[in-house]
Amino acid sequence: MNASAPATMHEQTIAQLSAGLAAGQFSSEELTRAFLARIERDNPQLNAFITITAELALAQARAADEHRRRNQAGPLTGIPIAHKDIFCTNGVRTSCGSRMLDRFIAPYDATVVERLHAAGAVLLGKTNMDEFAMGSSNETSYYGPVRNPWDVNAVPGGSSGGSAAAIAARLTPGATGTDTGGSIRQPAALCGITGIKPTYGRVSRWGMIAYASSLDQAGPMARTAEDCALLLAAMAGFDPRDSTSVDQPVPDYAAGLNQPLAGLKIGLPKEYFGEGLDSAVAEVVTEAIAEYRRLGAEMVEISLPNSQLAIPVYYVVAPAECSSNLARFDGVRYGHRCENPKDLLDLYTRSRAEGFGAEVQRRILIGTFVLSTGYYDAYYLKAQQIRRLISDDFRRAFEQVDVIAGPTSPTVAFNLGEKVDDPITMYLSDIYTIAVNLAGLPGLSLLAGFVGQRPVGLQLIGNYFAEERLLNVAHRYQQVTDWHDRVPSAFA
Amino acid sequence: MMEWETVIGLEIHAQLATKSKIFSAAATAYGAEPNTQACAIDLGMPGVLPVLNREAVRMAVMLGLAIGANIARRSVFARKNYFYPDLPKGYQISQYELPVVGKGELLIDLDDGSSKVIGITRAHLEEDAGKSLHEDFQGLSGIDLNRAGTPLLEIVSEPDLRSAKEAVAYMKKLHQMVVYLGICDGNMQEGSFRCDANVSVRPKGQSSFGTRAEIKNLNSFRFVERAIEFEIERQIDRLESGGKIVQETRLYDPDKGETRPMRSKEEANDYRYFPDPDLLPLVLDEAFIDAARACLPELPDIKKQRFVAHYGLSNYDAGVLTAARELSDYYEAVVAAMGGEPKLCANWVMGDFSAFLNKDSKDLADSPVSAVQLAGLLRRIQDRTISGKIAKDVFEALWTGEGDTDAIIEKRGLRQITDMSAIEKVIDEVMAANPDQLIQYRAGKDKLFAFFVGQVMKVSKGKANPQQVNDLLAEKLKG
Repeated sequence: MNASAPATMHEQTIAQLSAGLAAGQFSSEELTRAFLARIERDNPQLNAFITITAELALAQARAADEHRRRNQAGPLTGIPIAHKDIFCTNGVRTSCGSRMLDRFIAPYDATVVERLHAAGAVLLGKTNMDEFAMGSSNETSYYGPVRNPWDVNAVPGGSSGGSAAAIAARLTPGATGTDTGGSIRQPAALCGITGIKPTYGRVSRWGMIAYASSLDQAGPMARTAEDCALLLAAMAGFDPRDSTSVDQPVPDYAAGLNQPLAGLKIGLPKEYFGEGLDSAVAEVVTEAIAEYRRLGAEMVEISLPNSQLAIPVYYVVAPAECSSNLARFDGVRYGHRCENPKDLLDLYTRSRAEGFGAEVQRRILIGTFVLSTGYYDAYYLKAQQIRRLISDDFRRAFEQVDVIAGPTSPTVAFNLGEKVDDPITMYLSDIYTIAVNLAGLPGLSLLAGFVGQRPVGLQLIGNYFAEERLLNVAHRYQQVTDWHDRVPSAFA
Repeated sequence: MMEWETVIGLEIHAQLATKSKIFSAAATAYGAEPNTQACAIDLGMPGVLPVLNREAVRMAVMLGLAIGANIARRSVFARKNYFYPDLPKGYQISQYELPVVGKGELLIDLDDGSSKVIGITRAHLEEDAGKSLHEDFQGLSGIDLNRAGTPLLEIVSEPDLRSAKEAVAYMKKLHQMVVYLGICDGNMQEGSFRCDANVSVRPKGQSSFGTRAEIKNLNSFRFVERAIEFEIERQIDRLESGGKIVQETRLYDPDKGETRPMRSKEEANDYRYFPDPDLLPLVLDEAFIDAARACLPELPDIKKQRFVAHYGLSNYDAGVLTAARELSDYYEAVVAAMGGEPKLCANWVMGDFSAFLNKDSKDLADSPVSAVQLAGLLRRIQDRTISGKIAKDVFEALWTGEGDTDAIIEKRGLRQITDMSAIEKVIDEVMAANPDQLIQYRAGKDKLFAFFVGQVMKVSKGKANPQQVNDLLAEKLKG
């Protein structure tokens, strides 16, 4: 390693690393080697990565250094990142955390992968996740659970738990995630980092393996809002390959970070501070809200009266879509195929029974049921109607306030194995995040303090396409606090 | 004995003639090596997404406008879920509750010369599945996904058809329409135009429908007629012998000429339709619909009426000439090049020209005789350079590429003799050579007139103008 390269590169944010690369303090190759070394050292304990792409990373880092020499560098040129293993990567295995795709190599890149690659980011590897993004604890992964860097007995949250844990443990400065019911925000909260789920349609879903198509949205995860702004600027934008992506210009998110918050109206939904919220978590969130008052924001109590319906609606809509989305994994063309099928039905049933884990099978069964003749109106159609009511709640709220704040998750990270046999309790850990997906709104989680050793996330919800505002509101908080600089002691 | 009435409704699948598939950029051309025209989207790979082909929508709207249907300003694509190896995603994308084309109608012509309006319930866009190949794989099945994602327009009729003949007339009319519109190549052997028939019978006078059977995948007009006729007879036999009709799906076996139930397992599906979340509702604005309207050609019924009114053709001739758009275009090009004589042109286009196309199994587009060339030939009949009979030989020479009409006439010396003195000379020769016949004729055996005409034509090698021969011969034979 270059003698001048600081040994503390992994402690820096993407913005700082970008400045360091620009100033020639270190090369992308040195930076990449440093993170690969940390991954090699710590991943066996954390299990945050499913696949490590060391050779590819070094080749991309050298290419990035070459671009920089030719003055063709942007803010992400040479910055190492990781992709959640739900994004297809040309030539690199994309498992989606499932035995079904254990040996699947896509012949194409997801749009998100393509765009970050084009921006010069370096791929360290693919991160662990709940199988097919179905889970809130990362315990449904075929590759085993991820550990929370703040306490290895705790879960990291899910489904983007590998990305969150890798960032918290400083194995990568940033990563991608996907969020269908809270899968970016909840692990960001439980691992003490920042993550944003953009407005539905802001980031292309092409090449991102579908769980529930009308809810799935990709977003960045990093230590700070500023870093998320840099990543999101590269990821977002219209994609003609995704009919649900929105053709609207992408703002310069980094440029808007420093707007003052004086006069900002923050809505506090009373339903997010009621029964079910852990009191210690409530205290941390209340303190964060006090900080916003000091920054000049005004608090307005609001109501989202249909909040309690979000989880039941989600567990109709998401399984319905997943039961159809996952039908393509049939053992015929790619993916897991059982040994010696005796006929077509045997091929289907055994390939799918062996290839999918219990939680995925549970959701396929629920989804198949709610779409069946005689049940469609009572479940699927009803759920869609309530979904509209939930969107209306937010629409009314945003007539009064600029952003909505509250806890990301009702508790801090729970212990591994604690809720694994109790799906309902597990589902409740997404109670504050799910409505945001049902409405298609952007939501962000940032670290706001701790209960003991375990982090607490503050959730900020914005109006449609208000990512710039959310990142600004999160950034101003991070300018006056230092939670985001805390490092889990075992990974300093 | 009870009198029965048949009730038939048809669901017709027309493959749209787009270059690429309905949700991907892969080509739709027929007959390529298996699985060479299937991209990641057609293969149902993880993470891929459908994007609707604008051209397929334009074509669906054109059909809707042609049958006077409501064009839905907002329609929705749904997923029809079922497992089959040639259905890569485990669902077919199709329109279910809200189709792009609503109620319309089609006028069909019946054998007795009358016509009847057949209601069309709806037409919707959907993707085709691939093909399973059960032969040549020693107990295994092969899958060809070239066809997967090919755009189809499913056109559903009202149960307005009352006989197999009406069903065929409707199917032919719709076939003519989609080919006219240029939205389907109409090739039934390749499966571009195929049909499912819903058939039931009821006692005459009863207003409610009987229980129906659906006969799947009929891909020729003949099979449609035979399958429906078999099915009607089967149902009546069954009811008259005290049995009941089961609502079921049946297949037609053309070798045995009968319909048979499909195995019930193949139809015991709950398709779990729901709106496809990967595709936004299809919203059409007036500009799009107007643009599709601007693409409409003159429709066959209107063209036929114009041929009758403008060219003075019979209903029958106008019908034959407008049956296919290419033939009607060819006919009009001949008339234009001739500068008139529409009836003469019609006779030739329907007669020798069509016969030669048939004989050589050629498409009109590959005809060796252009409209201008045919008009050149007809002009020589019109100006009496050659007779209609000689013209047939000239046409054959044109067809085989011997050159233009005038060159052929010159080379073969076929110019018609219209010089009265020359014709009279031939007649004198013939009368002198056949004194016995002349006596008989003059004794009252009128039939021999034709003999003398024949002899004159023979001696003149067919070149004598027949009308002149007739007139002069009649005069001279009188003596």
